[in-house]
Amino acid sequence: MSVPSHPTDVVSNGNGKSAEGEVIAVPLGESAQEAFRRLTERPADLLRFATAGSVDDGKSTLIGRLLYDSKSIFEDQYAAIEQASQRRGEDAPNLALLTDGLRAEREQGITIDVAYRYFATPKRSFILADTPGHPQYTRNMVTGASTANLALVLVDARNGIVEQSRRHAFLATLLRVPHLVLCVNKMDLVDYDQAVFESIREEFEQFASRLDVGDLTSIPVSALNGDNVVTRSGNMPWYEGSALLHHLEEVYIASDRNLTDVRFPVQYVIRPRKDSHHDYRGYAGTVAAGVLKVGDEVEILPSGLTTRIAAIDTPTGPVEECWPPMSVVIRLTEDVDISRGDMICRPNNQPTMSQTLDATLCWMADQPLQPGRRYAIKHTTRWSRAVVRTLHYRIDVNTMHREEGVESLRRNDIGRVTLRMTTPLFVDEYRRNRTTGGFILVDEGNNQTVAAGMITDAQ
Amino acid sequence: MPATYHLTHLRTLESEAIHAMREVVAEFERPVLLFSGGKDSIVLLRLAEKAFRPAPLPFPIMHVDTGHNFPEAIEYRDRRVRELGERLIVASVEDSIREGRVVEQTGPRASRNGLQTVTLLDAIAEHGFDAAFGGARRDEERARAKERILSFRDEFGQWEPQRQRPELWALYNGRIRKGEHARVFPISNWTELDVWQYIAEEDLEVPSIYFAHDREVFERDGMLYAVSPFIELMADEKPYTSTVRYRTVGDMSCTGAVESSAATLAEVVAEIAATEVTERGQTRADDKVTEAAMEDRKRQGYF
Repeated sequence: MSVPSHPTDVVSNGNGKSAEGEVIAVPLGESAQEAFRRLTERPADLLRFATAGSVDDGKSTLIGRLLYDSKSIFEDQYAAIEQASQRRGEDAPNLALLTDGLRAEREQGITIDVAYRYFATPKRSFILADTPGHPQYTRNMVTGASTANLALVLVDARNGIVEQSRRHAFLATLLRVPHLVLCVNKMDLVDYDQAVFESIREEFEQFASRLDVGDLTSIPVSALNGDNVVTRSGNMPWYEGSALLHHLEEVYIASDRNLTDVRFPVQYVIRPRKDSHHDYRGYAGTVAAGVLKVGDEVEILPSGLTTRIAAIDTPTGPVEECWPPMSVVIRLTEDVDISRGDMICRPNNQPTMSQTLDATLCWMADQPLQPGRRYAIKHTTRWSRAVVRTLHYRIDVNTMHREEGVESLRRNDIGRVTLRMTTPLFVDEYRRNRTTGGFILVDEGNNQTVAAGMITDAQ
Repeated sequence: MPATYHLTHLRTLESEAIHAMREVVAEFERPVLLFSGGKDSIVLLRLAEKAFRPAPLPFPIMHVDTGHNFPEAIEYRDRRVRELGERLIVASVEDSIREGRVVEQTGPRASRNGLQTVTLLDAIAEHGFDAAFGGARRDEERARAKERILSFRDEFGQWEPQRQRPELWALYNGRIRKGEHARVFPISNWTELDVWQYIAEEDLEVPSIYFAHDREVFERDGMLYAVSPFIELMADEKPYTSTVRYRTVGDMSCTGAVESSAATLAEVVAEIAATEVTERGQTRADDKVTEAAMEDRKRQGYF
C-alpha cells in the first residue's frame, strides 16, 4: 500500500480480518450484532457532491485519499490500479483507473464520462460525481452538478485561481449547487504558507461575489500528505476550520430543500381494478417541494379543482405528512380526474402556468441549436414541444462575458433563450426550485437529450 | 423524524429507485423486470412492489435461466413469484442451445454465462419488451460505473458507452425507436452494503446459499467452486467439504464461494462492512477473463 492509512472512524468493524486480508472477516456473536446495530441505526443521510478538474491539480489523489481512508477502496481494486499505474509508468496509483475501465478510456488515457464513486462514514453516505476536466467538460460538469448538494473546486496552491477554477465555480452556481468548497491543494509545495492560502481565498471570494454563491468554504490541503483531508493538519496551525471530510460530514443540507412551496408532479396513477381495492385511486409521485399533510386542501393543475388529501402511502406505510425527496402515493377525498403530468399544489401557492419561458440552456449535442426548430421538452413528468424563439446571448464560461448576436449554441455552449411551448407547463424559477425549474430538450429526430435548461423567468 | 423532515440515505436511495421505475412504466409500452433470485434482483422486486402496490405489477418478471443455476436460487425464485401472485417468464439458455441459436462451450472451464445474452435478446424481441429492469449497481464493476440509470440499447441490443444520453436531475429521457430498448437500473447508486442493509431493514428472505453452509468445494484459480454436474474437475483438483457462503448468485460454473460462518443477516451485514475485497473480484470468474470482460459482454447486450 503506498497510500498510508489514517486512523479514522469508518463504517467497518475491523474484526477478524486475516493478516493477508484475503479471507473475509467473520465477526461472530455480540460483535456482529453491535456492528449491525451501528450500521442500520445510524442517522446517516446522503450527500451528493461533484468535483471537476484534471489529474494535474491532484484531484485523483484527493479522491483516492477520501476513498482509501474511509475504506471504500477494496484490496483487489487497489491492487489492480496499482499494477495498471505501474504498467503505464506512473509514479503513484492513479485512482481514475478505478472507474476508467472502458476500452476507449484505457487506450486513450482519458476519462470519457462522469464517474460515480461511493463511500460512507458513520455520519453520512456520499455519492461523488467525479467529472473529467476536459473533453465534454460542460456537459459532464452540468450533469454531475444537477443533483449535487455540494461542489468541490480544487486549485493548485502554486498556480492559484485559473480559468478552469472559475469555470467550475460558474457552472456549479449556474446549477444552483447550494454549497461550494474551494480546496487549495499542494500546500506542502508552498511551505504551508498562510499568505499563499489567504491570497487565493480572497481572489476566489471576490470572483464568487459576482456569482451568487450560497455557501463557500475554503480549505488548505495537501492531498498527497493527507493534510486537512481526513484529519486536521499539524502543519497549518493557523488554519482554524475543519478538515475536508469533517466538513463534508457536517455541512448542513437539510435547509437546502424547498419545504415551503408545495409541488407534487403526478407521475403515475395507481388503480388496482381488483375486488379487494375496487375504489382505490392513488396518485404516485416524488415530492418536488413543500410538506404535504393529510387533511390539507390542495389544488390540482391544470384543472384548478380543489380537494383534500385523504391519505399518504409511502414505501414504509401510511404517514401523516411527506416532504422532498420522498416517493409516495397520495389519495384525495374526492374522485377528481387527474393524470400524469398534472401538478398538485396549494390553492394559495402555485407555480406559474406558462407557455413562454426565459431560460439558460446548456447545449450538449453534436448538432448545434437551431433557433426556430421544434424540440421535445420534458419538465417534471410532462412532455411538450418547444421552439427557441430568441437566442439572446451566449455566455463565455471562462470570462462570464455575454456574447450577443450569436446565431446558434454549439456543444458545451451556454446561452440565454426564450422558449415557446405548444402546451403550458407548471414552472418555478430554477433558483427557487431545482425540480420545477429544470428541464431537458430532446431532438425528436434521433431522441438524443440535447440540452439542459434552467428557468429564469416565466411569463 | 418529521420535525426536521429527515430521510435516511437508504430511504433516499429507495425513493430515487421507485421514481425511476414509475417513470419507465409511465413512458414505455412493455417493460419487464429481470429476476434471478439474487440479492440485487430481490431488492429490485421489493422496490417494484413498493412502487405499484396495491395494484398488480404493471410488468411481468423474467428470468434468463442458464440451466446451471443453484437449485436453491431456482426454488426461491419460483416461491417468491408465487407468493407475490405475479407472472414469471423463464427464458431458457437450454432452449437456445437446442434450437441452435448458441453453441455450448466444452471442457472444464465451460460456462453458459456468455450464452445468456442471446437468450435475453431473443426473449426481449419475442415478447416485444421495450424496457428491462435490472439490478446492476455502479459500484460492482468498472464497466458499470458509467452506466446510466436509464440505459439505451440499439436494435441489436448493443450498448455504446460513448453515445450515452446525459442524465440530468431525475429527468429520464425514455424516447426510443421501434426495435430499440432500454435497460433500467434503479439501484445504480446502491452499494453492496446498502443492498444488505435494505434486505435486513425490510426483513426480506434470500436464498439459503447466501448464508454459511457446508458444501463440497474445490479450489481453482484462487476461488472456491461448488462440486456440481455443471463443472468438470481437472486432474489436480481435489474436492473437500468446507463451510462457505455466496456473495453473488450466478451460474454454479462461474460463481465462487467464500469461506464464512455468517449464518444470519446481521452476521452477513457485519461481514460485508468489514470486507476488503469486492464481490465480483472475489467470486466471479466471468469478470476475470480480460480487463474489459464486462464491457465486451455489455456491448453485446449482456445484463
